[in-house]
Amino acid sequence: MMFTTRLLEALGRVWIGLLLSFLYLPICIMALMSFNASPFYQLPFEWTTGWYADLSRNGRLLAATWNSLQIAVFTTAIATVLGTAASIALFRYEFRGKRLLQALLFPPIAIPWLITGTAMLIFFFGVGIGRGLHAILLGHVALALPYVIVVVSARLQTFAPELEEAARSLGASQWQVTTRVTLPWIMPGVIAGGLFAFAVSFDQFVVSYFLSTPGEATLPVEIYAAIRKGFTPEINAVSTIIIGISMGLMLVTARFFKFGGEK
Amino acid sequence: MAEVVVDKVSRSFGSHKALDEMSIAFPDKGFYGLLGPSGSGKTTLLRMIAGFDFPDAGRIAIGGEGVERVPVEKRRIGMVFQNYALFPNMSVAENVAFGLSVRGETRGAIEVEVKRALDLVQLGHLGERRPHQLSGGQRQRVALARAIVTKPRVLLLDEPLSALDKALRVDMQIELKRIQREIGITTIFVTHDQEEALTMSDRIGILRDGRLVQEGPPEEIYDRPESEFAATFLGDANILRGVATGNGIRLPDGTVVVANQGTKPAVGTSASCAVRPERISIGEADNATLGEENRLKGRVSKRIFGGNSSTYFVEHRGDIIKVHVQNNGGTSLAEGQDVILRWSPESAVLIGM
Ligand SMILES: Nc1ncnc2c1ncn2[C@@H]1O[C@H](COP(=O)(O)OP(=O)(O)OP(=O)(O)O)[C@@H](O)[C@H]1O
Ligand SMILES: [Mg+2]
Repeated sequence: MMFTTRLLEALGRVWIGLLLSFLYLPICIMALMSFNASPFYQLPFEWTTGWYADLSRNGRLLAATWNSLQIAVFTTAIATVLGTAASIALFRYEFRGKRLLQALLFPPIAIPWLITGTAMLIFFFGVGIGRGLHAILLGHVALALPYVIVVVSARLQTFAPELEEAARSLGASQWQVTTRVTLPWIMPGVIAGGLFAFAVSFDQFVVSYFLSTPGEATLPVEIYAAIRKGFTPEINAVSTIIIGISMGLMLVTARFFKFGGEK
Repeated sequence: MAEVVVDKVSRSFGSHKALDEMSIAFPDKGFYGLLGPSGSGKTTLLRMIAGFDFPDAGRIAIGGEGVERVPVEKRRIGMVFQNYALFPNMSVAENVAFGLSVRGETRGAIEVEVKRALDLVQLGHLGERRPHQLSGGQRQRVALARAIVTKPRVLLLDEPLSALDKALRVDMQIELKRIQREIGITTIFVTHDQEEALTMSDRIGILRDGRLVQEGPPEEIYDRPESEFAATFLGDANILRGVATGNGIRLPDGTVVVANQGTKPAVGTSASCAVRPERISIGEADNATLGEENRLKGRVSKRIFGGNSSTYFVEHRGDIIKVHVQNNGGTSLAEGQDVILRWSPESAVLIGM
């Protein structure tokens, strides 16, 4: 009995080890290669930061990075505010069609971005929004909203409605109830939702690709264009930077989720 | 401080009438206990008075002012919830300060008031703690301090003590009553616990199916219940059924029970008579004390020892009659023994059908 338990435990560890290496090995190799002098991934490894220096002189990639960051930040701000407000409204009020509305929030998460992107492109042309950074921002906000609402609503499930009632009985206005009682409680969910929104926008390729114009692209779109012309380790360099940022964000998210149940 | 008047208030959920033309006057500065079985509408009524819900019909006035259209935050009420509902992101002192702070009072004034309120509930030393660092009784005190610090006109409590264990509950009952007297606030207290209602309330209202069954001072309801429901719901009661004879009833076996309490039903109609188990004497022989002119023969079918008292279950022609006896050292009666039950007409209440 003891023996099988130990064996299973050991197997479990090996399994997790394999899984993690499968996930992280390519990323690690890419990060390593961004510091390797050879443009053709030749060994032995020869340390250089030259690719990062090249990257700093690559105007197109830098402009695209700046675009991506701006769009991600605006998407995060807009989607978080709108999504949180929507979650609170869904939590607080009963109205006709509420169930349907809530059910309709999930499919966009599952619909392939390729399809969403095509649909947006057609729609934006139809109504005169067209393409460009503003269209990308609009598209990203639409993509990010369901994530924010799902995450914030999950957090709201742990909120006792009596707290709002208690606050109102003490004379607090709706606004005071929201800012002083409800928001502090759901803040971990709001932050996690915001990080999701940031990730959805910053990592977004498909929808951005459809909605960008040649002069104005986001980083993933620009990387794709660069790869098509010929792969250079500059791409490794910029990818390594982005992976660093994304992983950092995700770790923060995980932290907020982990402590989400804390009182 | 104010009296609260609920006048013909109705509220339906779908086809279910949670409140059915309910009318109650809650006296100024009084402690009013609302009692009733689950689903009788106690919470619904309390939430209407608080302003969390609105009546379909009828009027609610606090201190003479109609409040049907006044939202909760403007009603100047204090509410204590069953699960305390303390704000988890605030300290004890911040919780108590909340109501003053949303009204825009100055820092200095808030500090003074919070200290006074916390001292009143004897928690002056715990202001810096977070709610989750408090015991159940302490949390309830904080909730109370928070509700009264804004000097509300009415204090509403929905089963505030039901989450506490028995000993703590009794402590809190005394405490709550002391505070209520000290600040002299109109209080409406919902409870499931009849003993709690009896010991704490100046007046009790018994609800059933969204209607007020009976109301009055505790002794009055206990001594003169007007329905079998009121008799059995508030306290323990033996119900004997028969035909009205004018000043009593005739049981199916012909025995006449004389009752001096209650309203006399028309002669010949079916009626019942309620007798509290502690008002009945039980003995082997018929050594009646003066005045105990009602008597009934029976046989002890069971005795349950309960510490300071015992309960006998006596069978009389298929009916079981409960009798409480103080355990004062006398010999106890054995199961299967023939006995005679006696009680005075003063202890019997007539109830019409
Ligand atoms: N929001 C609601 N929607 C539908 N029905 C409701 C609602 N609130 C109360 N009811 C119904 O109204 C009736 C009275 O409920 P209420 O909560 O007032 O009972 P109560 O006397 O407080 O019971 P308890 O002692 O169990 O707390 C119940 O039948 C309940 O199911
Ligand atoms: Mg209730």
